[in-house]
Amino acid sequence: MRRRRRERPSRRRKGARPGRILFLLPSLLGVGLFVLLPFGDVVRRSFLTAVTGRFAGLSNYRTVFSNEAFRLAAGNTLKFTAVCVPLLVGAGLLLAVQIGKAARGELIRSLYLLPMAIPAAAVALFWKMLFSDRGLWNGWLSALAGQTVSLDYMNTQAAFWVLVFSYLWKNLGYTVVLWMAGLHCVPKELCEAAGIDGASERQCFWRVVFPNLKGSLYTITVLSFLNAFKVFREAYLVAGSYPHESIYLLQHLFNNWFVHLELDKLAAAAVCVSVFLLAFILLLQRLWEGEN
Amino acid sequence: MNHAWKYRVRRRMSGLKRALRRRMLTVCLLLLGAVFCAPVLYLLSGSVMSRYELKQSLTPLMAGTDGYVSWTFLPDYPTFAHWAGLLFRTPQFFTVFWNSMKLAALILAGQLAAAVPAAWAFAVCRFRFRKALFSLYIVLMLMPFQVTMLSSYLVLNGMGLMNTHWAVILPAAFSTFPVFLIYRGFCALPAEIFEAARMDGAGEWTIFWRIGVPLSAGGILSAMVLGFLECWNMIEQPLAFLEDQSLWPLSLYLPQIDLEQAGYSFAASVITLIPAIFVFLLGREYLERGIAASALKE
Repeated sequence: MRRRRRERPSRRRKGARPGRILFLLPSLLGVGLFVLLPFGDVVRRSFLTAVTGRFAGLSNYRTVFSNEAFRLAAGNTLKFTAVCVPLLVGAGLLLAVQIGKAARGELIRSLYLLPMAIPAAAVALFWKMLFSDRGLWNGWLSALAGQTVSLDYMNTQAAFWVLVFSYLWKNLGYTVVLWMAGLHCVPKELCEAAGIDGASERQCFWRVVFPNLKGSLYTITVLSFLNAFKVFREAYLVAGSYPHESIYLLQHLFNNWFVHLELDKLAAAAVCVSVFLLAFILLLQRLWEGEN
Repeated sequence: MNHAWKYRVRRRMSGLKRALRRRMLTVCLLLLGAVFCAPVLYLLSGSVMSRYELKQSLTPLMAGTDGYVSWTFLPDYPTFAHWAGLLFRTPQFFTVFWNSMKLAALILAGQLAAAVPAAWAFAVCRFRFRKALFSLYIVLMLMPFQVTMLSSYLVLNGMGLMNTHWAVILPAAFSTFPVFLIYRGFCALPAEIFEAARMDGAGEWTIFWRIGVPLSAGGILSAMVLGFLECWNMIEQPLAFLEDQSLWPLSLYLPQIDLEQAGYSFAASVITLIPAIFVFLLGREYLERGIAASALKE
């Protein structure tokens, strides 16, 4: 009796397996056809010369790494994500906790979510009004300071911070909702119990609630990275293909190489970025699983 | 007696203080939220401002003049001239609007057809290389468009799809982002339900279609809402793959309007905004619930 019961599920699972894998097939075929296979071709091309198609060894990679524009763009992109992602994740958590304490949470959450729905082109128009040298922002500043302020934000180092601001503005609502969902799942009793044992509110948050939010942290970090690459749209629409060097991102560089048909460099750089991203994700997963 | 009274007063005071603090917090958060939404008000008021008034407030942008951009939320001479001009005298606007709609609809349909079953497979089936494959999907989801641009170009060019809408639709339809989002929703369903259904003789397809999909409809809808917002915003893909301007979506047409015709720009912005806000409001609840589901632990 016992043996039969143990056998049956395993047999069923074996029989069902090929049927169930069919669910994955459409997506896998599409991804394979439109991304993976051509990416193989890109890897091949990264070792060839662009025009003659002869084997060039690592020379494309060498060109890319010694290319000043690539270094600048890669540095900027790294700096941008390193500044933005922690800032967004932290600010999101702070706001989520505050909104949890305040009244009318629903309304507040929706207000913060709204920027997500505003199309990049409309945002770009408004950014131009706000941040040009004679824009609204400078107008307010000069009214406050009592003297003329005419910083041209998009053409100075400040452009970087405009981009950071733009990213935070667009993605904060989303992050807040994610954090609130995570917070919602931590039972309130835990904190009350800690409070009875004499823990202060702050201690309780960091020692009791926060450790329970690790799963949310992983998802939020991944999604924040995803969105960090999307600021390119606003940057491109406000400042064009060649913006100030402080916001010249990898996306600009790739775009320009594509337009000028420098496909060998593009291929080598694409392979580098992919390898980097792959390593990063594996590291993040390892870290996350190590915690659990 | 005196002591008890004091205690009561102190408790009352601290309660009042807490209520006051809560109200202050609410007001602060609401104010910040209003700042977040302010751009919409600017766009709205700009779209009904008269040509003259717009020119007056925006001339500082065109350089050479002193003073700053000034803005009044209630225009002195409100007019629908820009709206009318855009809607009735600019046939190009209609073309790009419907291009956008067509792209969004087909991409979403493709995503539904590919991503929902794939997410199901990742969540429910235990097959070999599942983990590795899912990691690959996450990496693909994170790749900026520019990194895969060359590979997409190669395959689209090979298939002769460049400069057609399919060049934008097909790669986007197989985006792995919705798989990631919907996967979390499926994971949250208890496995016992499927076991029970299987006992009752339901096939794999029936379990997926009759149980899995309806139970995580919220997650799927939220992925669709995000997908729509993403399609509606598409800039890089059409810019790289569509040469013919009559194929362009709204998101590319909008930046083309120059500042001289700012009124049209504002009106077009608002019109672009409307479907996005509409979908956003319609799906807000799902969006919040769906995003929430994706934040839960496995």
